[in-house]
Amino acid sequence: MTFPLLSLIVFLPVAGAAVLMFLRNDDAVRWTALGVTVLDLALCIAMLAGFDTTTHEMQFTERRPWVPALGITYALGIDGISALFVFLTALLGLICVLASWVAIDRKVKAFMVSLLGMQALMLGVFCALDLFLFYVFWEAMLIPMYLIIGVWGGDGRVYAAFKFFLYTLAGSLLFLIGVIVLYFNGGETFDILALTAQDLPFRVQSWLFFAFLVAFAVKVPMVPVHTWLPDAHVQAPTAGSIILAGVLLKMGAYGFLRFSLPMLPEASMYYSTLMLALSALAIVYGGLLALAQDDLKKLVAYSSISHMGFVTLGIFALNLRGLEGGILQMFNHGVTTGALFLFVGLIYERTHTRSIADYGGLMKAAPVYTAFLALFTLSSMALPGTNSFIGELLVLSGGFAANLAAGAAAVFGALLGAAYLLGMYGKVALGPASVGGRYKIRDVNAREMAAILPLAVFVLWVGLYPKPFLNVIDVSVKHLLAHVQSKGSGQ
Amino acid sequence: MDPVISIRPLLAVAVAGLAAVAVLLLNNREKLRDIVSPLAATAMFAIVASMAPTVLAGGTVDLRLFEILPGIDFAFRVDALGMVFATVSSLLWIAAAIYSIGYMRHLNEHAQTRFFACFATSLAAAVGGAFAANLFTLVIFYEVLSLVTYPLVYHHEDEEGWAGSRKYLVYLMGASKSILLAALALTYHIAGSLDFVAGGLLAGSNASAPLLTVVYFCYLFGFAKAAVMPMHAWLPAAMVAPTPVSALLHAVAVVKMGVFCVLRLVFHVFGTGLVNGLGLGIATAYLVSFTILMASVYALTRDDLKARLAYSTVSQLSYIVLGAVLLSPVAMVGGIIHIAAHAFSKITLFFCAGSIYCASGKRNISDMAGIGRRLPWTMGAFFVASLSMIGVPPTAGFVSKWYLALGSVEAGEIAFLVVLLASSILNAAYFLPVSYVAFFGAEAPESPASGSPVPGSTATVREIPMVTIPLVATALLSVLMGVFPGYFLTLAEGVVR
Repeated sequence: MTFPLLSLIVFLPVAGAAVLMFLRNDDAVRWTALGVTVLDLALCIAMLAGFDTTTHEMQFTERRPWVPALGITYALGIDGISALFVFLTALLGLICVLASWVAIDRKVKAFMVSLLGMQALMLGVFCALDLFLFYVFWEAMLIPMYLIIGVWGGDGRVYAAFKFFLYTLAGSLLFLIGVIVLYFNGGETFDILALTAQDLPFRVQSWLFFAFLVAFAVKVPMVPVHTWLPDAHVQAPTAGSIILAGVLLKMGAYGFLRFSLPMLPEASMYYSTLMLALSALAIVYGGLLALAQDDLKKLVAYSSISHMGFVTLGIFALNLRGLEGGILQMFNHGVTTGALFLFVGLIYERTHTRSIADYGGLMKAAPVYTAFLALFTLSSMALPGTNSFIGELLVLSGGFAANLAAGAAAVFGALLGAAYLLGMYGKVALGPASVGGRYKIRDVNAREMAAILPLAVFVLWVGLYPKPFLNVIDVSVKHLLAHVQSKGSGQ
Repeated sequence: MDPVISIRPLLAVAVAGLAAVAVLLLNNREKLRDIVSPLAATAMFAIVASMAPTVLAGGTVDLRLFEILPGIDFAFRVDALGMVFATVSSLLWIAAAIYSIGYMRHLNEHAQTRFFACFATSLAAAVGGAFAANLFTLVIFYEVLSLVTYPLVYHHEDEEGWAGSRKYLVYLMGASKSILLAALALTYHIAGSLDFVAGGLLAGSNASAPLLTVVYFCYLFGFAKAAVMPMHAWLPAAMVAPTPVSALLHAVAVVKMGVFCVLRLVFHVFGTGLVNGLGLGIATAYLVSFTILMASVYALTRDDLKARLAYSTVSQLSYIVLGAVLLSPVAMVGGIIHIAAHAFSKITLFFCAGSIYCASGKRNISDMAGIGRRLPWTMGAFFVASLSMIGVPPTAGFVSKWYLALGSVEAGEIAFLVVLLASSILNAAYFLPVSYVAFFGAEAPESPASGSPVPGSTATVREIPMVTIPLVATALLSVLMGVFPGYFLTLAEGVVR
């Protein structure tokens, strides 16, 4: 039995949360939470250092019987695809603690416990190799997220939290039905790898595909089940927005990669055109919605719909470039949009307004803030040299190969992205000073810098030298693609 | 000839990048800060020149840094075409660096540190683009150039500045974000690589003709810096920038980056064979002919000198593209050397506009009556550069227009010969009156009572040495290139061969 590194990574935040319960001082709570997330990130880096990029096999696997009667095991393991997101989750976890340092000033302990609990569950989702275990983590995530939005959110938090809960729960119920169907059709096992090896009849695959689609599409979110997102993102506290955009949205796409594609390859190929169309719709419609926003946070929220459209477009292009681009874009979106929400939070803490019209000429008042905002804005609009450019180039290249029309729609969406992001940046940072006159704006301090810098590093690192990141996912993606193509066209 | 592996292409970029850092660090020490740019410019020119012998002999200087994606490297390759662009940019940076100091000091401009830092970074981007070995590297530098010139355009931070710079960014970013990105993705999809290949990267592809045509036009308009109509409107808008910026960036570095990209597209992405096979050459030639003539007509109607120069630039840039797409070797040579010919002359004209503004505060041609008698060196240089723009021997413009005209005959497309002639007449029509008014126009009368100059008078106007010397030098370059075009001709023939 090797050292259970993954269990440690997943449950360390839980242990940290348990320790927090005994602390009385808010500052002690903050520092402890920070320590836990730093340690967790360090473990993830150690995990990546020991990660073998030459095999698609699950690594760091752990397997213990849990409910043998039903074939449920406690099984963890990661391949290249999940490794990237385990790392992203741990990274954003740290950023979230830093982002909540002063923004959360009441019930600090409860907040940090929720945050750490959330992190543990998200890590669990990416590590689970047992469908039942996966479902437990997946559903349990709703609780801390509901609390984070509903307790520490903005004025409309209760409505937003409830809407978020309802949408996700509705999707999850269909997912549960799918899981049960899969269990009985796939040899009465919850082992994800065993289920992947099954050949299900096309009819079953189709039904399952749509059951999963609803569940995952809500999370991604894809149009038309996206309407929970702007409410939840806008009402959530900064850390909540970062988690939502950075990690939770990735869960849907991850679901496609882990379940829909490998377990339902025929259906995935059969319905890929539909998925490409839905993705293109999300890209364009999300972009148009973002263009119409006058609230900074809403703009970033709606931009996520458009950006996640690129992700699903890449995934359902079902070719190597598309898949790798889609997965890389998931990581990029986590970094960049996480950073943008962080920036929205920073400016909101200073001005208590999110209306774009209230800003202007911030460049003069807060040069460091606006310089980094420029970096992340450009990253979000996929300027060459930034992370998203690599992702979008791959996605578009794969998208064009799969379907020219979908590619063309995506290009139009990219143009919309440039429009709303540049427009936003111009109004906020450039032009004659507006906020600078009315508010006393403090530029970023050391703590805020500590949250910004790692994200900035990844923007440029992935943008200029994406090889290490692509290396991590490469073999797993190739294996997945070969699996889908051999099984999907086997009929 | 085996490529020479050398770090010099990177050094040339780095020296300008480091200059920008040095400028920022010397924020509070004005004299030292101002010396950085001319020094860096000279160093950059020396590095570029050191690679010239290799390239003139038909070789390349290569530097491969690292792999970005399979088939895409971050890499430099100095070839003949890149050498033309890099020589012009680095040489003219020396003149522009000195000129900027004179101009900015004389007008006591604000934010000079930002100005000089962005200026140096722009040059790093321009030369990086010139030396890029593939579309990916080229596009990175292309976008960096858009970004760092943006603060230069809004430099004055007034209403006009914000409006002009917004248009600037919207055009350049919009085009590159949508159609250029699409073109890149399609190219990567078709060819599996983004490298520049002699004879054309896409030459052997089995993609359908309509798709390739779409890709071609996506590039042509995506490289909005080339200002082919209707993607030209950003250039007149960018004239809100201080004149040294208009001079070096919007007559040399930025716009030449655009046409340089188009030439790369024709020569090394599609290849002349494919462009010809798809019938795109003549189509593009008609398109740019329209730009050549329309922009000249616009220029005629502008009284603001810089606006007139801007439209003239739009027109002249399309000469370069026209030469390339006529697809006859002589025309291609003409197009390529016009990069240099136009650069030397147009920078002179902009320098002159700045000199006039510094000395007299005048921007409109109609106010410049008699100013030639006060600013003989400036207006003399202006006249010489005008002749080059029109294409009068023995100036640089004559050489390139000669090749272009011969090339259109060689290509059997007499229509374009007519376009060239008509455009030359238009050039004369909008440039010569400026010189005429300046030298022979009646000055506004001085106020007889007080003896002090009335507004609009030119009595106190005199040359500013630090501004005048660079512009005389670039005017001389315009003539020198006309008399000794060998260097650029050799390079251009190296590209076409």
